[in-house]
Parts: sequence; structure tokens; C-alpha cells
Amino acid sequence: MPDELSNGNSLEHSAIAVRGLVKRYSKAKVNAVDGVSFDVAPGEIFGLLGPNGAGKTTTIGVLTTAIVPTEGSASIMAVDVARDPIGVKRHIAVVPQQSNLDRSLKVREILTFHAAYHGVSRKTREALADGLLAELGLGERKNEKVNRYSGGMAQRLMIARALMHEPSVLFLDEPTNNLDPQSRLFLWERIREMNARGLTILLTTHDMDEADRLCGRIAVMDHGKILVNDTPAELKKRIPGGTVLEIHAVAPSADGGVRETLHAALEALPGTAKVEITNGNSGPDASAGPGALNIRVYGVAANALIGPAAQAVFSSGAQVRDLSVKQPSLEEVFIFLTGRHLR
Amino acid sequence: MSDLTSTGLAGAARLHRGDNRTITALQAFFAMFRRDLTVTRREFVQFLLQALMQPLFFLFIFGKVLPGIGLAAGNFAALMLPGIVALTGMIAAMQGVTLPLVLDLGFAREIDDRLLSPLPVWWVALEKVIFGAMRGAIASSVIFPLGWLILGNGFAVRGDRIPYLIGMVLLTGLVGSAIGLLMGTIIKPDQISLMFTLLFTPLLFTGCTYYPWGALRNIRWFQILTLFNPLTYASEGLRYSMAPPVQGHDFPTISIAWTLILLSVSIVAMFALGTRTFLRRVIT
Repeated sequence: MPDELSNGNSLEHSAIAVRGLVKRYSKAKVNAVDGVSFDVAPGEIFGLLGPNGAGKTTTIGVLTTAIVPTEGSASIMAVDVARDPIGVKRHIAVVPQQSNLDRSLKVREILTFHAAYHGVSRKTREALADGLLAELGLGERKNEKVNRYSGGMAQRLMIARALMHEPSVLFLDEPTNNLDPQSRLFLWERIREMNARGLTILLTTHDMDEADRLCGRIAVMDHGKILVNDTPAELKKRIPGGTVLEIHAVAPSADGGVRETLHAALEALPGTAKVEITNGNSGPDASAGPGALNIRVYGVAANALIGPAAQAVFSSGAQVRDLSVKQPSLEEVFIFLTGRHLR
Repeated sequence: MSDLTSTGLAGAARLHRGDNRTITALQAFFAMFRRDLTVTRREFVQFLLQALMQPLFFLFIFGKVLPGIGLAAGNFAALMLPGIVALTGMIAAMQGVTLPLVLDLGFAREIDDRLLSPLPVWWVALEKVIFGAMRGAIASSVIFPLGWLILGNGFAVRGDRIPYLIGMVLLTGLVGSAIGLLMGTIIKPDQISLMFTLLFTPLLFTGCTYYPWGALRNIRWFQILTLFNPLTYASEGLRYSMAPPVQGHDFPTISIAWTLILLSVSIVAMFALGTRTFLRRVIT
């Protein structure tokens, strides 16, 4: 199905269609979004994944008419975002990363005024507001202002607000960032439900678990480009060989010689698809000392590589500190595609 | 839940009443105006205190105390009152637009919900300006009973130029909120107190509020300088509409025709510039 969608002939059938999208901010040296194309079918939950600064928020900005594309085009429900932003606004709703709730209004008014901005009649908007507040567990505190709302409640209220004008496409920018596990589960449940009622959803996240649970299709972005665009199951197959052997080791010194020898030795092992060695001094293992190494060996059956790989590490003069075999997860795919360095 | 399912999300666009975009945009515009009314009504006492504290003391000190101890002429109050009406209206209008806008564009982004409504984005700025002007006009109007109470016998307003008076109060509010829009879109939150001092103070004191423009002829350079401040036209226009004749002669002011023209030009120019920076801040 994904392939049918990305062949470019389905523009009028797509809820979201993006073609060769480029955004370069003035004064910027590189394109924030650099030739991105994808389609989202009506009723789909589509995930946009990528490290910070990958271009996800800029892409959403273009689709929600806050950012003007430099090149290329994008349309929502066949309405072009650059040519007819007002037409697009009638179809979309946006839940941003940070609360932008109107703090001068009471909770229920936030919903009713939002609907009024969209021309929803008084009777309809009042009924809708009460229904949504009850559904999202906010009914008891609807006459408060949002100052005293927790992050989770604000998030739910923003979702309620988004639904007040019955949009066709909903944008969720890192919806569960900073939420406690209960709120997160609650939100996932709501997202599935909204989708089941026919709403098309585009969400960004760097929570792989979230993407895996919710999204029918996922595009991984980095440096303004889409690296892959597929179902979670297909993406997991992209890890060379399918499994990973992860070894933390300590070399006697920090010089690169050991690393090179080790790289060659591991790559020569039968059944190895790819070897990645990074310095353990950066990132989470900073306390491991100057010779610390993070080694990742990708292979069809990584567990069969445990013995030979440990032997290779030992022969290079380094010592194994711990060793584990990982089943493919989206996180592995993500790291495999975008690398381990910090942004 | 059952409620919602029956309203149905699948049928989206169904709620989108009619296809007349102008009507949709007007609905959004008036909903925003209603939103501002709701918020201001709830904070009405605060709004009045904020707008009227300063004029209250100005009226008392300049209109009552100084003439009372012989440091100002007896008709000073009558000449200053129009200036206070202008200043109060202008500041109330500006405050209603600038501060919320600086915070909104800086970090709160509460305005995003309105920007995502189905109306031209610049209408959001227009709504702010019109609402701000209304706040200004209300604040200006309250100066009349306040002045009557404080100035007592010194309170004198001519009654034969009421249409000019009403027009001037409205134009003063508009120019204040249009300047407020421009300031609100260029000031960054971390510069707010500096910019207030840098922009506000000169605006306040070069606007012919406490002195009639004609009296400046002996300080020619300053007289010319005041012509660059829209507040000068607001003050002089209100002086034309309010100051009682002296010994059968109209009190001399900048000609009302020029006042109206230059005030209107200021409003259009400030609004155009303000809208431009507003659009730059909200659409990149």
C-alpha cells in the first residue's frame, strides 16, 4: 500500500501530499527541509521521526501554513498550503509541543471560542465542548483557568480544542513529550480512537515505542531529508541481518589503532553484516574511562557471534565489560539510520 | 463518548457551514472581538485603574495644585484637559495591544489559535487594533467625569464641537493601538523595559499634552520636533474640540484639517508597518 501512495498520482486522494518540499530560512547555511516528498492517505496515522533539528517541526509548520515553502508544494485534502492557506485552515487542527492555551479564558471558553473562530454555531459548540471535556476527564474543572492545569491536562485540553471544529487532518507535534506514563497511555488510547472515527493524523515523535504502537507508516527524517518511509514492520527488517550484538569494552589506551584492528577483525567474522565502533567517552558512558568503546555488530543471528566477537575483542587487547544481543526495535532502526552522535 | 460518535468526526467538513469565505472570515473576526470583550469585561476594574491612575494625579497636580499655589495660570486646566484625554486614550489603546503581543509573539504563542482560524492573518492584527482603539476611547471618555470631579470650577469644555470631539477620541484610540501594534511586533520580551523607556518617555513628553503647540514658537526646534509625534495631533485636535474660546477668540491650535489628515496618515502608516512586522513574526 505505501508504494501506491508515493507514486505521485494520488494527489487528490491523499489527505496530505508533499512534493519536493524545500525550506531554507534566511541567513541559514543549509536547508531546514531539503527535498521532502510523502503522502498520507485519509484515515492513516503517519509518524514523522527524527532527531532534534531533523526538519520535522519545519515540515509541520509548512503543512499548517505557518511557514512558507522555499520550493516544492504541499497540499491538505487537495488544497494547496501556499496558494490557499485559509482553505487549509478549515481542514486542519494542530496540537503543538508546548501549551499555547489562551490563559485569559476559562477552560470551557477555550473550546467554545476556538469553535466560534471556526464558525461553529453556538448550540453545536456548547454541546461539543461539554462532550469533549467529559470524554477527556476535564468536566469537573471546566470553569477554571488553565494556570492550575498540569502538563497532562493541558495536553488533553489542547486535543479537545483541536477537535472542536471537526478537522479532517490532525497534527500532533511530540504529543506525549514530558507526560507521565498514565497520561501517555490515555493519550495513545484517544489517538487511536480519533483515528478510528476517520481522522487522519500526522504525529512527530522521537519515542520509537510510541511510533511503533500508533503509526501505520513512519518516515524517518534527518538533516532535512526523509531517509526511509515504510511500515514499522518493514523498517525493522532494514537492520542489516536483523539483529544486533552490542558490546561495551575497554581498550588499554585511547589510541585509534586498537579500534581499527578490532573493526577489521569483527568485520571478517562470518555472519557479520555491519560493524560500528564508537568512542564510549562521549554519550551515556562518559564515566567509562579513556579507552571505552561501544561496539555494535549487526548480523542475521547475532547470538551466534557472541563467542567469536568476544574472542576478537580479547585478541585486540581490549576487555569486554558487558555484552548483549538486541532484537530489532525501531530504536535500532533509528540509530542505524541516523547515527549515534549527539545533536 | 456516544455524544461524540453521533456528532461524528468522520463527517468533518460537514460542520463547515456554507462556502462563503467572507462570511466565515467575518464570523472569526467577530468571535475574536467577543473574546477580547469577555476578557476585558472580566478585568474591567483593573483596566480602569491601570488607565486612570496616572491622569488622576496629573489632573490633580497640574489642574488643581499648581494653579492653586500660583505656579500655573487659571485657564491651564482647560488647556491641559484635552492633552490628558489624548494621552490617556492613546496609552490605554497602546497598552491593550503592545504588552499582550510582545508576550504572545515572544513565548506564550496564545495567539496561534487565532492565527489558525479561517480568516486572513492580517485581520487578526486588525482586530487587535480595533479593540485597542475601543479601550482607548473608553479610557478617554472616563476622563470627562473624572476631570469634572477633580477640577471643579476649572473644568471647562466647549459644547459646540461635539462631533469633532467624538471623532478625535476615536482617532486617538486608533493611532494609539496602531502604534501599539508596531511596538508589540518589534519589541522582544527581554527588551521590554528598555524599549518602554526608550519609546514611551519621548512619546509622552513630545506630544503637546501639557502645553499647546502654538506656545512653543519661541523654542522653534522643539516645536518642529513635536510634529513627528502623532500624539501632538491627537492633543491639538482635542484642544480644538474642547478648549473654550478666550475673550471671544478660538483658542489657537494646529488647523483641524491638518490635524485630521496627519492623524489619519499616522494611523494608516503605523497600521501598515505594524501589520508588515506582524506578518513577518507569524509567518516565516
